Parts: sequence; C-alpha cells; structure tokens
Amino acid sequence: MNAIRKSLHPGWLLVAPFLLLVIALYLGPILNILWLSVTDPEPGMGNYRKLFVSDSLLRIFWTTIRICLITTVGSVLLGYSIAYAMVHCHQKQKSYMLTLLLVSFWISILVRTFSWLMLLGHRGLVNNALEGMGVISEPIAFMRNELGVLIGMIHYMIPYAVLPLLVNMQSLDMRVMDASRNLGASGQQTFMRVYLPLTLPGIVASSLLIFILSLGFYVTPAVLGGGKVLMIAEYISVQLLVTLKWGTAAMLAGLMLFGVLAMLYIMSRFMKLSAVFGGSA
Amino acid sequence: MKTGFFSLFNRAGAWILLLFLVTPALIAIPVSLTPKRFLSMPKDELSLRHFEKLFSSPEWMSSFFQSATIGISTSVLATALGTLCAIGLWRVSSKYSEVVRAFLLLPLIIPQIISAMAFYRLWIPMGIIDSYIGLILAHTILATPMVLITVSASLANFDPKLEQASKNLGASNWTTMRRVILPSVKPGVYAGALFAFILSWDEIVVTLFISKFSVYTLPRRMWNGIRENTDPTVAAAAVVLIAITILAFAFSAFMSRRSASDTKA
Repeated sequence: MNAIRKSLHPGWLLVAPFLLLVIALYLGPILNILWLSVTDPEPGMGNYRKLFVSDSLLRIFWTTIRICLITTVGSVLLGYSIAYAMVHCHQKQKSYMLTLLLVSFWISILVRTFSWLMLLGHRGLVNNALEGMGVISEPIAFMRNELGVLIGMIHYMIPYAVLPLLVNMQSLDMRVMDASRNLGASGQQTFMRVYLPLTLPGIVASSLLIFILSLGFYVTPAVLGGGKVLMIAEYISVQLLVTLKWGTAAMLAGLMLFGVLAMLYIMSRFMKLSAVFGGSA
Repeated sequence: MKTGFFSLFNRAGAWILLLFLVTPALIAIPVSLTPKRFLSMPKDELSLRHFEKLFSSPEWMSSFFQSATIGISTSVLATALGTLCAIGLWRVSSKYSEVVRAFLLLPLIIPQIISAMAFYRLWIPMGIIDSYIGLILAHTILATPMVLITVSASLANFDPKLEQASKNLGASNWTTMRRVILPSVKPGVYAGALFAFILSWDEIVVTLFISKFSVYTLPRRMWNGIRENTDPTVAAAAVVLIAITILAFAFSAFMSRRSASDTKA
C-alpha cells in the first residue's frame, strides 16, 4: 500500500500530459515501424537479410558510416581546439568566442546549406576566387561528392562538439596541471599525460553526440551531395515518399535507432547526459 | 598554467575556426543584393529588387505567416507541457523519475528522419497530415524536451526549502506553484519558449514528410528554392532569417543578463 502511494506521487500528475502524448503519438508509431521491419512485405527477417544481399544497400550503409566517422573526428578535433582556447583565455575574450559559437549554432541549417551551395558550386565563389588568383586552372569539384558533404557537415557539427568539451574542461581542477609542471614535466608532457586523459570523458561524449547527430543527418547530404552521395536518411525518405517501400525503410530506421540507443547508453556511462544537453538536472 | 607558444597558436587557430563558423552564412547578404535575375555576386551596382519581390510575393508571405503561426503555437504548447513536466519530475525526484526524464528527452535525440517516419505513419490514419494541427503536434513533441531541459536547469538552482516554507505559511499547492515556483524558474521558461519557437521555425525534415500543399512553411519554401538553385529571392529570404536569428539571439542574451543581475541583486 505504502509502495503504491509512493509511486503515485502527486508530481506525476504534472508529468502525465506530456508523457501520455509521447507514448501515444511518438513511441507508438516508432514501435509500429519496428514491427513493420519484420512484417512488411512478408513476416521474417527478409528486410534485414537484404543488407547483406543488396550491393546498393551495403554501399549506402558504408558511405553513411564513413562520412559519420570522418565528420566526428574532424569536428571533435576542431572543437577541442576551440574549447581549449575558450577555457584558457580571459573572461572577456571567452564571452566573445561563446557569442560567435552560439550565433553559428543558431543560424538556420537551410541558410547555411544555401551558403555552401553559393560558395562551393562549380562556378561558386571559392572556385572563382582560386581561379582569379591563378591557383587553379580548372574548377575543383567541391559539390556532388563526399568532400562537399563533409565540409557542410563538419561546419554544422563543430558547435555541438564544443559544448560537451567545454563542460568537461571547465570542471577540471587546474591545480593538477600546475602540480605536474612543478614536478618538472614540460608543457607538452603535462598536456599529453595529464590534461588529455582528464578530458577523455568530454572527448567520448562529444564524439558520440556528433556521431549520433550525423547518422540521421538529412539536409546537408541531400543538397551538397546532389544525389551522388546517398546516406541512410536520404535513402529512407526516397523509399517512403517515392517508392513506398515501408519494409526496407523500417529496417534501416530500426538499425539506426538501435545504433543511436546503444551509443546513448555508452555515453551515459561517461557523462551525465543532462550535462551534455545543457541542463543540470 | 603559463600561456605558452602552443596555447597562443591554438588561440589564434580557434579564432579563425570561429570566424569560419559564422562567415560562410553571410555570403547570402551580397548575393541577395545582386541586380541580376539569377544567383550571382553583384558587380557594379546593388539592388533591393529581390527583397521587394520577397515581400510582395503572396507565396513567401503566406509561408512566413504559416511558420510564425505554427512556431508560436508550438512554443506555447511546448512551454506549458515542458514546464509542468519539469516541475513534476523535480518534485517526484526518484529513480523512476530519472528514467522517465531520459525517456522524455528521446524525441530530441532520435534522428529526425525516424521521427518524421513515425509522424508520417500515424498522421495518415489520424487524418491530420498536411494540416496545421499535424505540424503543431509534431513540432510540440520535438520541442517540449528543450523546455524540459531549460526549466530543469532553473529548478536545479531552486531551493526546495522555499516550497516548504510557502506551504508551512499556509499556501495551497496551486498558490505555491504560481507564486513561488514559477517566478523562480522564469528564466528557464523563457529560454525554453524561445528554443521551442526556433526549433519549429527552422524545422524541415519532419515538415517535408507531413506537409504537402495546404501547409507550406518557410523552411519548406526555402528547401524548394535551394533545390531549384536559381532564384535570388531565396538569398533575400536567407538574409531575413539571419537577421531574425541575430535579433532573437540578442534578445535572449539580454534576458539572461537581466535575470543574472536580478539574482545578484
């Protein structure tokens, strides 16, 4: 009796509206999609088997993984450099840096993708400028290939990479680094043997976050890839909106979902998830 | 740690990177001022014709209006649901409530393409595909976790003793909520409302799936413009969006500074 009363804390009444909404209108259809992946067009693991049989599916799968990995490494490296600089400079400079970071965070993904289209096109500004300076004679193909997708994605992901690293670096006790220097370690040794290991949780959290976000990324690959770089998200949309094959799309969505949940689980072991997403519950 | 050569070098690199983050988007500004009918950089003269076209086009204007309607409705709904939810979870504060919290953050984390599939799947039988209701509901589910995060962050700084004090002094639950808890989480509520609006205002992936003809939001129209890639009106629209972003940013920075000085005082 006591246990029941305890589990029916009045606070749950406030949680209920949104909880019910998510269960009915979000969890429900997602479970339905997972169900479809093993029943449409016929019951069984046929959809999942396709992954090993169909060359095109396999290629899309690996393209997605490759682009996500490169994006993750690129944006975490660059993000690390930004976060490091932000933690180790004066308050005023830091707040300017944070402003730039957040402004870029807030600029619409569509605006940014559109800008890259202007800059990277065959007759785009970058090619024009390079040709004008006589650096190249032929325009470089920045678009409709993986290079363009990677530029657009890394550019978009850097702010996301910086934030978890910043949280982690700000929580470090700088006296540990001073101790290392006092004990005779060089700056480089202190960085490699003390600072870097201490920021490892931040690096892991930031990498997983970027990987998760890249995995389902739709806008930039669709526009800058120009149909030449097919990633899972775009393939799903084609399957649903053009060829109406729910089974294959559901299978890919299921794989993506399990991948994301697995990574979230790993991530939660390294860092409080709420810290990564800006809260501090 | 003393500022070494490496640190200075890295700081310079970080500034360059930060500028690299912001500047590409600004390219839309000169392109929007071109006098030509196609996407190009202006050479000798500047012209505002594409802004004129943008503001006199019934299609673009209706999209602005639709996005604003959906964004504001989403923001109101998400703020109400998210604030209630955050306060509820904070009051329960048990092992279960943390599990529920993690579960409720999922719509924010699960790739939008999967959310889009889910809404598309359910909205068709429910008959709310391609309708305001459908878009507002979908955006609300995606945006409420944002409010949950920002309000929870505010609650983390709230002293639970104040709530007890209010009740000891004879205030009802409702009065305590309205007069004690809500005022002290105001910054989180405002921030959440703003984030929820931006999320909806900018949302494209789910929108592509669950809208067709009768609802045509601004991102949807931008998306089409980008895919056709010829009309400089898109550049003008992009400039307007950047301006709105910067205004919203300045507003939220102002609000958070004000609330910060409030707490100090």
